[in-house]
Amino acid sequence: MKRYFIWALVVLLLIAHQDNWLWDNGTLVFGFMPIGLLYQAGISLAAAITWFLAIHLIWPTELDPVASS
Amino acid sequence: MVERFGELTIIGVYLLLLLGLGMAAGRMFKGTKSDYLLASHSIGPFLLLMSLFGTTMTAFALVGSSGEAYKVGIGVYGMLASSSGIIHSLCFFFIGIKLWSFGRRHGYTTQIQFFRDRLESDRIGLLLFPILVGLVIPYLLIGVIASGTVIQTMTSGSFPDLFPTGSPGTHGGIPNWLGSLITCLVVLTYVFFGGMRGTAWANAFQTIVFMVLGILAFHVIATKLGGEETLLENLRKVTAAVPENKLTRVDMSKMKFFTYLLIPLSVGMFPHLFQHWLTAKKASSFKLPVVAHPIFIMIVWVPCVLIGIWATSSLIPAKPPLPSNPNAILPFLVKTQTGPLLGGLLTAGILAAIMSSLDSQFLCLGTIFSNDIVTHYYGRTRVSDRGQIVLARIFIVAIVAITYGLSLFPQRGVFGLGVWCFSGFASLFPLVFAALYWRRLTKAGAFAAIVTTIVVWGLLFWQSDMGANREFAVKLSFGGTTYETMPVATIFLSSLLAMIIVSLLTKPPSENTLGKFFDPQRAHALPVEAD
Repeated sequence: MKRYFIWALVVLLLIAHQDNWLWDNGTLVFGFMPIGLLYQAGISLAAAITWFLAIHLIWPTELDPVASS
Repeated sequence: MVERFGELTIIGVYLLLLLGLGMAAGRMFKGTKSDYLLASHSIGPFLLLMSLFGTTMTAFALVGSSGEAYKVGIGVYGMLASSSGIIHSLCFFFIGIKLWSFGRRHGYTTQIQFFRDRLESDRIGLLLFPILVGLVIPYLLIGVIASGTVIQTMTSGSFPDLFPTGSPGTHGGIPNWLGSLITCLVVLTYVFFGGMRGTAWANAFQTIVFMVLGILAFHVIATKLGGEETLLENLRKVTAAVPENKLTRVDMSKMKFFTYLLIPLSVGMFPHLFQHWLTAKKASSFKLPVVAHPIFIMIVWVPCVLIGIWATSSLIPAKPPLPSNPNAILPFLVKTQTGPLLGGLLTAGILAAIMSSLDSQFLCLGTIFSNDIVTHYYGRTRVSDRGQIVLARIFIVAIVAITYGLSLFPQRGVFGLGVWCFSGFASLFPLVFAALYWRRLTKAGAFAAIVTTIVVWGLLFWQSDMGANREFAVKLSFGGTTYETMPVATIFLSSLLAMIIVSLLTKPPSENTLGKFFDPQRAHALPVEAD
């Protein structure tokens, strides 16, 4: 179940990554940051959070003293 | 004096530091093959993160990102960087950790050893070997040539009488052939003496260097172009002068953007990353790289993309004119907007990004040659542990010499080959994924996937005028609309279909092999197979 949850998050992330609704939006956030670039930087952070969840929810614990074999 | 030799001094000091690091790592060498090629599986989370990040981020992360942003705008970040943040970590998590565990259980050093075992086929190694080497060599060439170009550009004016070129951008700079030679010799020295430990240490040092210097260049260029009191005011002033189309993705094809998602899957099949994965001390060493990799990509790429779009702004002085080559934008801005100190430091940063990929690739190819060809066919029992280290070192020297020799020939289209190398590796991704997660994958299915990849890749490469046509795309028509897709989509799908169909039509692997790779508990009880 947890594995499906992580895969669903990854698929959502890949869909969000396409962000077609911002394709031609050149708004500058804070006066200097193009909104499309800020959004994609947000995708990078969301990716880090997704993988943080993955290592806590579906970490292959059986691989944790394999290390000496 | 500082004006003339400032950059040169900093580059020299930086390269000497690297050599010192390699020598220090060499002093810790335990004399075994496992220590030389895999650092005795002793690499912890931080060094693994820096090694993996430094290896996957080539000079393209600094120079190419700003150049592409200058050409097509901010969309380059989504196409190349945030997509890699998602996919690279996916590969580390679902491919890297599993391969690491098999590597530890069965004593693998290279990918080919794993595939030979998993697919019960000795010949799969002979088929994969030329493909892996053939796809890595152009990748190496790009790095070697780029290092010579960067050194020549950034040291221009240092030796006008000794190295006259007539071109204002390179006149008096250290010539290409000499810059590339210096880079090759430095990398060769620390890889030769330090092995994988030297490579990991150098990668960590170089990754820190290029991350810090990218941010520093961003700050200094913004301040110089803006001319205002605070950084925020400068950022606002410079970005406000950028044309609207560079702040959006209107110059990009949506379908190309979508199909580009397949390119980062190439890290699942990079032979040099496989070797880095195997250096991990334990499975938990992967946790930090999996989470931090997307953040590190963001830290390096966002400033460089912004610098790239700033180069299109009306604040850029008319003289000297911007270079016609987009990849020269960042070095040009550093050279014209900053002093020799930062110029030298940024050159060191770009060289760091180049060398932190070259070292792993040189070491990896040397390992494949000695391990999968010579030792494998001559007889593992007939070559001592020390003999295998000598062999690996001989092949590393040979690979460096061959790559350097090739770099001296005119390389009109070598930079266009980058995306083709990545496309080839990405199209082999179904093979490694199926080998780990699909019990029904057969030897014949694997051969079908590899041969299909070669044939379709070759056909499309030929259609693209051997990579010279940088805008080449596979055009698909649906309902009267034509979509432009990246060639990797066609190659990937062909490879995937061939693998599935042929595997389902042929005899599955033996119970022994399935037990070894899909039933870890049973794997420990299995008898050791003869070579």
